[in-house]
Amino acid sequence: MKPFDYVRVGGAEDLAQASAGRFLAGGTNLIDLMKHEIETPDRLFDITRADLPTQDLASVEPREDGLRIGALVTNADLAASEQVRRRYPVLAEALLSGASPQLRNKATTGGNLLQRTRCPYFYDRARACNKRQPGTGCDAMGGFNRMHAVLGTSEACIAAHPSDMAVAMAALDVRVETRKADGTKRSLSLDELYRLPGDAPEKDHVLDPGELITAVVLPAQVPSRQAYRKVRDRASYAFALVSAAVVVELDAGRIRNPRIALGGVAPRPWRARRAETRLEGQAPSRALFLQTMTEEFEAARGHGHNDFKIDLAPRLVADMLGELTETTHD
Amino acid sequence: MTPLTLTVNGIRHELRVDPRRSLLDLVRDTLDLTGAKKGCDHGQCGACTMIVNGRRINSCLSLAVSHDGDEVTTIEGVAARSAGEETSTADAPALHPLQQAFIEHDAFQCGFCTSGQICSGIAALEELAQDLPSLVTVSGEGFRNVEDADALLEEELRERMSGNLCRCGAYPNILAALRQVMEAQR
Repeated sequence: MKPFDYVRVGGAEDLAQASAGRFLAGGTNLIDLMKHEIETPDRLFDITRADLPTQDLASVEPREDGLRIGALVTNADLAASEQVRRRYPVLAEALLSGASPQLRNKATTGGNLLQRTRCPYFYDRARACNKRQPGTGCDAMGGFNRMHAVLGTSEACIAAHPSDMAVAMAALDVRVETRKADGTKRSLSLDELYRLPGDAPEKDHVLDPGELITAVVLPAQVPSRQAYRKVRDRASYAFALVSAAVVVELDAGRIRNPRIALGGVAPRPWRARRAETRLEGQAPSRALFLQTMTEEFEAARGHGHNDFKIDLAPRLVADMLGELTETTHD
Repeated sequence: MTPLTLTVNGIRHELRVDPRRSLLDLVRDTLDLTGAKKGCDHGQCGACTMIVNGRRINSCLSLAVSHDGDEVTTIEGVAARSAGEETSTADAPALHPLQQAFIEHDAFQCGFCTSGQICSGIAALEELAQDLPSLVTVSGEGFRNVEDADALLEEELRERMSGNLCRCGAYPNILAALRQVMEAQR
């Protein structure tokens, strides 16, 4: 690991220089990347004990009928939160689908959102990777790409976003609150936070250097049917091949306000907005679900080992919609 | 070098530490507590599991300097921890009940993962007792209310121990050891 200056952040005054380094919270991804010398920060700002007077980083609290989650709340604590389990079960299921108990005890809400891809070519410094070293190429194309993305990719990068939590949050229309080094604040949707790779895959998101995620806000939830499902190569402690978070309401036999987010298929949690628009107001049927989701994946592009995702993802979501709406007929 | 105060198995240490040092390397190489093992060093195998402020973590993925003021329990301290905070190491039982159960069930072959399995298992049983959810039971009624409680408990323990790998494949005996302690605690 490259040497770095270590700064224990106490309060806001310690964050003024934060653009010169990286934030350390749970560290479960960053420390690993620093061991690989993929991340080589000159300065590390340890925020685990930071206390910002107006932006509580450490607790889950009700807010305007929704829920505000401090950025330092661990994945384990968030999954155990009574509020989350009762009102946003899709989020609890997604959190508990991710990583291992040891990792969930350290990994934080903010850190989970900003974790890097687990593309093996990104981690292997002997291989070409435009995300790790812009302009070197992409060995995942034509390489072992079973885990890789089929939507939203570019000629430069086909890496998939690894988070489960963020997929559920995408379906819940969360807002991400941030604080820049100069103290100004902003609020972003997940689609605004994450960028697609295009010709600059080294940039995962739009945050400025020194801009800190302070909280994630879950909007108020009308009673809805929710589920998270994850398909993976082993029963536990594995990244998703395909995962999906589905939130849907039924009103007089009609689908209302369907929200469908997918993991493992794109460089960011993928909202199936085209399918959502088509499903709104329709009477549920298995055939409709599969047809709608298959259309959502018309633009998908496989790279050999991951071609199966283009069939698997629509079937997974169609099955979940069928279960959530208690639909057995075509 | 960064100043660091760390309590390990009830003993307080005042240290100066290279910020790059992992908690695992500090405990093993500076404090000479070599029970926790360095398996993968990337948070994938669980051999380095320690209990920090009551929660199990991968000590290899944690900078020592980020644990200022924390209380750490390693495999060397689990027996004393099970006997309560007031017990000095000298008066503590030789083994934690889960360590004893591992011996009785032959829950290891080479033994390299065992320290991590036991630290993780102790914390897993505590999490179960506190009703902290796992994926197996988060949406259901909980295994206590289900008819085939035995099969569900098996699935539950496997899920809760998925962060600890055993290349020898001692999993059935590890699960048997965990169940014995769990049933004794009820």
